[in-house]
Amino acid sequence: MTAHTLIKNTQAESALIDAFAKSIDTLPGAATTTTARKTAIGGISTRGLPTRRVEEWHYTDLRNRLKTVPEGDARASGDALNALAEGIARIDLFDGNVPSDLPTGVQVTHLRDLLERGELDRSLAPADPEDVIGALNAAFVSHGAALTIDAGAKLDKPLELSASHGPGQAHLRVPVSVGADVEATIVERQTGEGAAFVTGVVDLTVGDDANVLWVLVQEQAVDTDQLTQMKFRLGKNARLTLAILNAGGRLVRHEIRGVLEGEGGDFQMRCVNLLGGESHVDVTMVLDHIVPNTTGTEIVRNIATGKASGVFQGQIRVAKEAQKTDARMACNTLLVSDEADFSAKPELEIFADDVACGHGATVAEIDEAHLFYLMSRGIPENRARALLVKAFVAEILEELDHEAISEALVSKVDDWFSKNG
Amino acid sequence: MLEIKNLHARIAEDGTEILRGVDLTVKPGEVAAIMGPNGSGKSTLSYVIAGRDDYEVTEGDILWNGESILEMDPAERAAAGVFLAFQYPMEIPGVPTMEFLKTALNAQRTSRGEEALKIPEMLKRVKAASSELEMDISMLKRPLNVGFSGGEKKRAEILQMKLLEPKLCVLDETDSGLDIDALKVVADGVNHLRSEDRAFLVITHYQRLLNHIVPDSVHVLYKGRVIRSGGKELALQLEDQGYAEIIGEAA
Ligand SMILES: Nc1ncnc2c1ncn2[C@@H]1O[C@H](COP(=O)(O)OP(=O)(O)OP(=O)(O)O)[C@@H](O)[C@H]1O
Ligand SMILES: [Mg+2]
Repeated sequence: MTAHTLIKNTQAESALIDAFAKSIDTLPGAATTTTARKTAIGGISTRGLPTRRVEEWHYTDLRNRLKTVPEGDARASGDALNALAEGIARIDLFDGNVPSDLPTGVQVTHLRDLLERGELDRSLAPADPEDVIGALNAAFVSHGAALTIDAGAKLDKPLELSASHGPGQAHLRVPVSVGADVEATIVERQTGEGAAFVTGVVDLTVGDDANVLWVLVQEQAVDTDQLTQMKFRLGKNARLTLAILNAGGRLVRHEIRGVLEGEGGDFQMRCVNLLGGESHVDVTMVLDHIVPNTTGTEIVRNIATGKASGVFQGQIRVAKEAQKTDARMACNTLLVSDEADFSAKPELEIFADDVACGHGATVAEIDEAHLFYLMSRGIPENRARALLVKAFVAEILEELDHEAISEALVSKVDDWFSKNG
Repeated sequence: MLEIKNLHARIAEDGTEILRGVDLTVKPGEVAAIMGPNGSGKSTLSYVIAGRDDYEVTEGDILWNGESILEMDPAERAAAGVFLAFQYPMEIPGVPTMEFLKTALNAQRTSRGEEALKIPEMLKRVKAASSELEMDISMLKRPLNVGFSGGEKKRAEILQMKLLEPKLCVLDETDSGLDIDALKVVADGVNHLRSEDRAFLVITHYQRLLNHIVPDSVHVLYKGRVIRSGGKELALQLEDQGYAEIIGEAA
């Protein structure tokens, strides 16, 4: 570990550093992995967790917000968790076991094995000094599974990745390699109970002409802090639709770092953030268009109630070579309570000259005409408002290419409203 | 019984007066047709009856079964039996049609002290009503009115009306956008609902609808006032001669 600490560590920072010192000898990995882990934690112990002075973390002052980090492995049995919808093959990221109904063309490898063989060393290196989630996860990662989907495979059922945790810490990583011309739907569940600190990294490569629907459902408990990240790279004519439902947690940050690497690539994001209680949910996306003829549409809808706060940072970078990029981003927020707030920071950085790009961030309001229509059918005002608030987010989840999953997401929205409405 | 007395209403936002002293009585069991040139205030009248707060009543009253409904919000009016089939039904993305129908029906039932309907009974009624209106029930899987054609929206309005069984049915140009066959289907649907204890206010521009839904009375609205009332032959006269003469006489 670094010899001199430049700052006085917070309680959470000290807990992280102590936890690392205690567990480094038992964490899985080759000798080189241990070195990578030490480098990763070193950055955090010298600089500390980022504060609002770090631009990427301006709206989520991690150093202030992360109050404590519980001890112990949060690994728990996920048996109690039902799959999001019927007919989904589930992979428990804690045991990494291969389900008997795994669709053909899918290989699952224990993350532990990859770590022991040192095969993840390179991907463990944080992307940049601000990549605190990557660093924390690299330092501690112990659970997860690697997925490989063979070229040409058309999965006959969705896969679900879940790691329903108990109290303590869980650090998960899921490298996913999707071959060319694959059709796949993958559901990622983030849930559990008890005071917990969770980090997770999904590292997804989508091959040429493949079409992936990735559905992330975050329903953490009110005493869980979670920092996760999805990195992806899309090949030629590859298409990734990322649907995100944030409906829980205390301090939650989800980063998306995507690169459209092949011409004809298309990234679609539909993100719903339901913010209740005193939660703070931050979705931060950096999307790079680096070749000509790629498209991206990101739609973010937020509902904030109680004293919740939310953040969406969306940075779209269009490289000089990336002519004919079509990039659209919209972030709309319904503030249901006066004490809730939402910060949106959409950014376009465009170096190509022949592109169609646009973004907008608005505070939405209930449409009075719609309200009148519903009330004119006898629906009392409060019920009518609730229907419209729900509709505001359900609208963007309704049109996913998988009806049962769409419906399941909308019913998760219902569940959330019955608890927070 | 509906009694509209010297009703004056203006646009809340800018104060423009649209209704300038409407007098109109519709008895139970009566079908009253409202006609009148574009912009004369027919839709405004329908909205004011339904309680849309874009309009302010500045004078006069609307009595429904002897009681003023002006202080009631739209949901309370609906519970009291008022229904408006919109000239332009709204698309409401994100609100599932079936959930909407169930919520509306059960809200009205509970407010009347009736038991809420269970889903199977609800489905049965929706199926019966939609087959009568020759509507494909799979449309109702979509969000409310979303992607419906103009004619489908009008049918969906009547479907709602059949399910909710209101006592005062205000139909604002339900015929516009309907093809000839659909017009007949919808008119039959309305005719089925005609009964001694139900009143209709049928706003239309065309005699064609009134051939199917034969009115008991016809009223001409012009510049926010009823300038002429008569029997069903008044509509035929208008079809023939247009509004010029009647407007001239009123002036
Ligand atoms: N909310 C509003 N804002 C501005 N103008 C309005 C509003 N509502 C009604 N008006 C105006 O009031 C007048 C009456 O409108 P209304 O829609 O009631 O007419 P109508 O008789 O239904 O006409 P049509 O036969 O074309 O449907 C019109 O000049 C219209 O432009
Ligand atoms: Mg009109």
